[in-house]
Formats: sequence, C-alpha cells, structure tokens
Amino acid sequence: MSARRPPDPVQVVKQRRDAALRALVQGVPYIQFMGIEFDRRGDELTAVMPFDEKLIGNPLLPALHGGATAAFLEVTSIIGLSWAMLWDDIESGTLDPEALVAGNLPRLPKTIDFTVDYLRSGLPRDAYARAQVTRSGRRYASVRAEAWQDNRARPIAQATAHFVMPRGDG
Amino acid sequence: MDKKQIAEQFISAIPHSNALGMRLTDVGEGTAEIEMPYDARFVGDPETGVIHGGAVSALMDTCCGAAAMSHPASPGGTATIDLRIDYMRPATPGQKIRARAECYHITRSVAFLRATAMDDDADRPVAQATGTFTVEAKP
Repeated sequence: MSARRPPDPVQVVKQRRDAALRALVQGVPYIQFMGIEFDRRGDELTAVMPFDEKLIGNPLLPALHGGATAAFLEVTSIIGLSWAMLWDDIESGTLDPEALVAGNLPRLPKTIDFTVDYLRSGLPRDAYARAQVTRSGRRYASVRAEAWQDNRARPIAQATAHFVMPRGDG
Repeated sequence: MDKKQIAEQFISAIPHSNALGMRLTDVGEGTAEIEMPYDARFVGDPETGVIHGGAVSALMDTCCGAAAMSHPASPGGTATIDLRIDYMRPATPGQKIRARAECYHITRSVAFLRATAMDDDADRPVAQATGTFTVEAKP
C-alpha cells in the first residue's frame, strides 16, 4: 500500500471545480442567451436566472413565460447531470479544466423527454433552481428539478426528465 | 377583431417569444402554427450546433397556448398547467423549427393540447408535446 496522497490546497481544489463549471456553462450559447448562472457550494449547484424583460410571457400580469421557466429547468437538469457525471474526474484531476476552457467540452447528455408542472405564476424577478439526479446509469439517467423565486418552500415549477448518457471513450 | 388578429397580437405581445424570433404562420379554430428561425444564440450543443431543448420547449409552449386561445370555446386567456415533450431526434442545424399544435378537447376549465415540431424534413418530427392549459378570461 502506498501512502495516501496529501489533500490538494483548498484554492487549487476550488480553482479546478470553478474552472470546470465555468467551461461547462459558458460553452453553451443558449445558457448565455438566457442569462443563466450557476452558484456552487461544494458539489451542490444552484442555478440562477436573473430577471430580464425578454423572459416575460404575459406582460399584463406580468409573468415569466412558461417556456422560459421550462428552459431554465432543462438547463438546470442538463448541467446538474453533467456535473454529477464529471465530478469524480474533476476531483481526481483526470479532467483537465484547461482543456475544458479551451473548448474540449465533454459530450453532453441528450434529453429523451421533459415534463414540467407549473405550480405558480413566475413573477418578474430572479428565479432559482436545483436539480437532483435520481438515477444515473451507464445509458440512461432520471433527473428531477425544482424552481422557486422568493420563497424556497413555494416552488413555481417542477420538472422530471430522462436523458441518454453520452457514450464513453471505450 | 377576429381570432387571427388576436393570435397575432398575442404573439407580438410576448417578449420571450419575440426574443426567440417566433412568428405565427397559421391559426384556426383550436389550432396554431408557429415558426422559430435557426439562431446560433439558441444552440445547446456547441459541438453539433443543435438547438437547445429549452428553446424547443418555449416554442411548443407558445404554440399550444395559441391553439388553446384560438379554440371557439375559449374566452381567450390561458396558462400552462403541464407540458411533456418527447425529443425524437436532434433538429438539423441551420433549419428553422416549425411547431403545429391542436386543442383536441376543451372543458370549462381545462384545454387539452398536442403539438408536433418539425424541421425541413416534415415526415420525421423533431419533437412531440402533450399538455394541459387553463381556460380563463382574457388577461
């Protein structure tokens, strides 16, 4: 048995995780178009969709467009699943964040189906969402996601989705 | 004002649908057709250039909403209750996506919708959706 490797300094660990997350999120034009950002605490991600006029669906109420809310949950689900899929490689250093930043993005999971329930009208303010990978296999994955605004206990929408996992290099 | 005018105004009054470049191309009695152009900003997979599913969801949602509102039994207002989308194949990069929705049943409180999204190859749909929408007075 070899001696256990000493843990990397905290700033090295954080830098590696943040670089990987940034590459994953900034590489997708549609996420930029929607203005969606990700807040990271350890391995937990919270998606943030800052309010913007172009996200409005009903200007009279006003309310967020159901399509914008659905897209927000779908982005949260795909990034959440990809993040869970890549986490071990980010931690071990197998995945080189520099390569990610240079545009060598890993293959992303593909959506098979996506179901969204609208629970409350989305208000014209920032929205937040978290995804939970309920099952992740070699070929398929199931993900649940929930979006809220001012009150965490009052979600505006929830979603369930299935994905085909990207094929490994083998 | 006829239903077509109402539906056209409905589309142009929706900031998110406008931001995605949607255009209402047809509206009937409980049916609607909306196009969304290909745009590099809507890409979900930078490696393939395929449009993000989220943009397709927004297109399906808008199209189903328009179809629900255009039904003769609808007072003209609606909101999505739920929407399920099956992604059958990636849309071909560079081609516009066209959605067609139909309100196949409506009660005093609920409209039942289904929709299909196609690119230039209309025989092989890109996605299919089913959803329920509220039936309510004009907003």
